[in-house]
Amino acid sequence: MRIEIKYFGMLAEITGCTSEQLVISSTEIRSLKTALINKYPDFVNKDFRIAQNQELVADTTVLTGQEIAVLPPFAGG
Amino acid sequence: MSRYSRHISLKEIGITGQNKINASKVLVIGAGGLGCPILQYLVGAGVGTIGIVDFDIVDESNLQRQILFGTSSIGKNKAEVAKEVLQHLNPTINIQVYNKKLNPKNSIAIIEPYDIVVDATDNFASRYLINDASVILGKPLVYGAIYKFEGQLTVFNYKNGPSYRCVFPNPPKKGTMPNCSEVGVLGVLPGIIGTMQANEVLKIILNIGEPLSGKLYCFNALTNQSSTISIARNEEQISKIISREFNFETLDDAFFCASITSEITIENTINEDIQYIDVRELNEQPRMDLECLLEIPLGDLSNQIKFILKDKKTIVFCQTGIRSKQAVSILKEHNVSNCYSLKEGVSAFGKQYYKTI
Repeated sequence: MRIEIKYFGMLAEITGCTSEQLVISSTEIRSLKTALINKYPDFVNKDFRIAQNQELVADTTVLTGQEIAVLPPFAGG
Repeated sequence: MSRYSRHISLKEIGITGQNKINASKVLVIGAGGLGCPILQYLVGAGVGTIGIVDFDIVDESNLQRQILFGTSSIGKNKAEVAKEVLQHLNPTINIQVYNKKLNPKNSIAIIEPYDIVVDATDNFASRYLINDASVILGKPLVYGAIYKFEGQLTVFNYKNGPSYRCVFPNPPKKGTMPNCSEVGVLGVLPGIIGTMQANEVLKIILNIGEPLSGKLYCFNALTNQSSTISIARNEEQISKIISREFNFETLDDAFFCASITSEITIENTINEDIQYIDVRELNEQPRMDLECLLEIPLGDLSNQIKFILKDKKTIVFCQTGIRSKQAVSILKEHNVSNCYSLKEGVSAFGKQYYKTI
């Protein structure tokens, strides 16, 4: 499945891009996370949440392949 | 009331709304990049009582974005300087200064008297503490956070909405965040996000529009793109916070920052009750003759944690001060929090501490 994926904050620094299209065989968010860590090993040490179609989703949510965003926490102020 | 005439002439605010603003009490935690514009607009708007919490002093590098301060403020406490400037902007309001760091012990007493809490801090330890205390006390929390060119904004704990832990349940893994105090930031970014936080505060006070509850607004200053992500309340997370009551998690922000290692020089350790850990291999010379010394090579450290006294101030050393930094990261992961890496390693001790054979 081809998905459009957006990266925020320090995650975009790891990927070197703010968005890209990926072909993924994952069926749920959990396996998408694993696929991302395989592609970008530095993700393993990062905390992030996934949003699908502008909604924060759980690891067990079914991946529908629409717009995905990968969000890290920020602390700066 | 000519000071507020441009608010009063808005039918959505009027005299009734302005009176609500004047009667409100808002606590702004952090008087830095976010806090400065938040405070300026809230004071301008006439928020009747404003608390400012900040223990930090003004540094020259703050002036690029912390717009309440000038060159003559350098070296002074941020909350005190902010009060002076703000009181000139609006002498009619009551400003309380808390020249201290918010901690698990003082947080309830500081937050409790206020109607709305604004998180304008710069570290995860404070952010989790403020969230948990706001949940316990039932206070709406206006949250803003920034990183380089990007910002996040939302309202937590508002009318049964989500809290920070519903988005990010736990603080980041140890040592995974960039060095918090040295990351660059575009000066106007906290101006934008902080101003939006002030806007959320006023909407909550006035009960107009749609406060940004249940939505995380993400802004990129380079592309002007923004995303609004729906976030749901997670009852399990909220119950966990409530069940801990006032026993807030004690977090050390140095944990999260990859490049901050707590280092110490030998001069700062004299006459203290200290536990030393030598993380060199057992055949490395010279061996040290110190009271309360553990000799645990770096590779074995994780397996030997049970021998380490967690409550005692701990100084870790090696030959040159490099392995000991790694050791400190490992120890902090195992909740040995009061530990430091000795700069320059064994040579720092002086020969009188070398073991004679």
